Amino acid sequence: MILKTKLAGQVYGFQNLTEVMAKANDEKSGDVLLNRAAKTVTERTAAKMVLSRITLEDIYENPLLPPEKDEVSRVLKEDLSLGIYERIKKWTIGELRNWLLSHEVSGEDIIRISRGLEAEAAAAVAKIMTSMDLVAAASKISVPSTCATTIGLPGTLSYRNQPNHPSDDLEGIKASLAEGLSYGSGDAIFGVNPVEDTVDNTLAIMNLLWDFMEKFKVPTQNCVLAHVTTQMKAVEKGAYACCLFQSLAGTELANEGFGVNAAILNEAYDCIHKLGQAPGPNLLYFETGQGSEQSIDADLGIDLMTLEARCYGLARIYRPFMLNNVSGFIGPETLYDGRQIIRATLEDHFMGKLLGIPMGMAPCYTNHTKINQDDQEIATMLAAMAGANYYMGVPVGDDVMLAYQDTSYHDDATLREILGRTPAPEFFEWMKKMELMDDKGRLTAKAGDASIFY
Amino acid sequence: MVSEHDIRKCVTEILKEMALTGQGPPINNVSLDSISEGILPDILDRDLSEEINVPKPHNLEALKAIKKLTPARIGVWRTGTRYLTDTLLRFRADHAVAMDAVFTEVPEEWIARHNLPKFRTRCENKDMFLTRPDLGRRFDQEEASKIKNLVGQNNRVVVFVADGLSTTAITVNAMDTLKSLNDGLLASNIKTSPPFFVQYGRVGSEDSVSEITGAEVVVCLIGERPGLVTSESMSAYLCYKAYLDIPEAKRTVVSNIHRGGTPAVEAGSYISDLVKLMLEKKASGLDLKL
Repeated sequence: MILKTKLAGQVYGFQNLTEVMAKANDEKSGDVLLNRAAKTVTERTAAKMVLSRITLEDIYENPLLPPEKDEVSRVLKEDLSLGIYERIKKWTIGELRNWLLSHEVSGEDIIRISRGLEAEAAAAVAKIMTSMDLVAAASKISVPSTCATTIGLPGTLSYRNQPNHPSDDLEGIKASLAEGLSYGSGDAIFGVNPVEDTVDNTLAIMNLLWDFMEKFKVPTQNCVLAHVTTQMKAVEKGAYACCLFQSLAGTELANEGFGVNAAILNEAYDCIHKLGQAPGPNLLYFETGQGSEQSIDADLGIDLMTLEARCYGLARIYRPFMLNNVSGFIGPETLYDGRQIIRATLEDHFMGKLLGIPMGMAPCYTNHTKINQDDQEIATMLAAMAGANYYMGVPVGDDVMLAYQDTSYHDDATLREILGRTPAPEFFEWMKKMELMDDKGRLTAKAGDASIFY
Repeated sequence: MVSEHDIRKCVTEILKEMALTGQGPPINNVSLDSISEGILPDILDRDLSEEINVPKPHNLEALKAIKKLTPARIGVWRTGTRYLTDTLLRFRADHAVAMDAVFTEVPEEWIARHNLPKFRTRCENKDMFLTRPDLGRRFDQEEASKIKNLVGQNNRVVVFVADGLSTTAITVNAMDTLKSLNDGLLASNIKTSPPFFVQYGRVGSEDSVSEITGAEVVVCLIGERPGLVTSESMSAYLCYKAYLDIPEAKRTVVSNIHRGGTPAVEAGSYISDLVKLMLEKKASGLDLKL
């Protein structure tokens, strides 16, 4: 493994793969904060050069975080397809980039090597790609998934209806849910973030969403984003749920902070498989985001983008129904401005798809970041070109519970119309039957009126 | 009985009238009547819970009722798939106020008017403050000794104000809270230091202040990250014998201090009760059974 290069007459050397991976990153305030970002543009470029000559085998043989020290590394290694890996291990990261973008290589070809690629390799190749590279490669890959219904099929675009309420008022949640549904938002899932993480509250919201689905025969699935152990107890207590949720991180230490590990995730899968309301096989919902490990001092010296890829590696073991990043939720100490959030959005979507994840996106921002509505909309449109399976739907983008801005019910309908996409098939039929959408997937005059559900 | 809603409506009307007759504050110090006769009403004064823009709703009564159940922006209608112009303008206005609360400095004039000595954490500017949470918890040697000189080392309680993530929260609430907090402590003969202001301060700056001053209880009044609903929310973080990198669970928090949440004066007296309890129980955060 060569860790030195000459560039512009100067020699740039790196201590180890961890340093190369960090310094090859495009600028992120989180890497700067921890003093692991490249100091100059030339140093960054030199790191990208070194990285492009590294082989998949080099990455395998030089783990950033050894399996004996970290559970995530351990389960990632166990899950890797050695058969595929052995066939491609001599490829360099530069060759992998050329291969992914080649006309000769289809999305199906990419999925066929996916299980032989380590998470760190997915991060490495993304680090040497431009924004358009990331969109071009990702747009080839389609990863549909099925819980109660199927999302992520080519030509479709789906949404999570996110009707959060600052005090979990059930009728208040229903009000936003109805509003969003009248715009066609909710074919991916009805998903509420509760304020109060208790079994009874989780059960009540799960059943509220379920009853609404049943009453209006909406072909979709429901989920309440409490801690996974709380959700399991709610389902064991008789709550109706299709899908269980959990936030994931890229190190064992950070997952400990989230109160989760591989055993709990296995238990969650078994629980919803046994007691849930959907046939599956994809029954879990995950959220991740660049910088989450760092925000709880659990990054263990690894750059935030590589840790994000490790989340996807961990997630794929459980064959999730959906996974979306929420980069932008943490704040300017991890992603500083519009440029950084746009870049992170495209990287995450690409890395996820490459690793076989049914990726959705939540380009979002808080009010203490130099990101504005335009930046967020640009990130959203670019990720839609790249083929993200789904986005969030929040009333006018203003989440009154979590106090941040995400994509809106209006954005959801707009993206479909710009790109000529329709909702997931069964939901599309339902929208037409409700006379909310025409045959082309455009909203009708009736759409946008929540009171049709009252 | 006159409801709060009626009072609000009445005040809004008066303010509108003042604005229309030119009695309102001039904007950008430009005399208004030299440009035009009127003035646009403040879009932020509009009560969103009253606004329904759906032209021919299937069930208007239901729509009115559900608008009251959530602060979420629903019933807003659309043009094509996009927001109506006023929905967009209101969103932009709320975001503008929120961003300015974060990115504007607490005015020197305000700090001077309230006789607050000013200290700065290791952050040199707002940008550094936002991207380096670690530096917003610490002071360099020089600032530390200035704080020590001001406060001395025999106060049981040290109270200070930090800008945090909202300047507006501080200028609107901090002095009222400080006053009622001091009154409460004085009534119990608890000695406090003169309050001071910390620029570019994170919550953890109270850990440094505690180490520098040796106070038993330290109280930090700090601006919360603004949402779109309000930019005026302040929190108080209280800690018993804090030290750098103390676990967060050792802090006691009083959040949501603003006119729509816990009013500043009320918060101050509640905080003084908490301080007394902490001194008595020698604990804070989860260790303090409330």
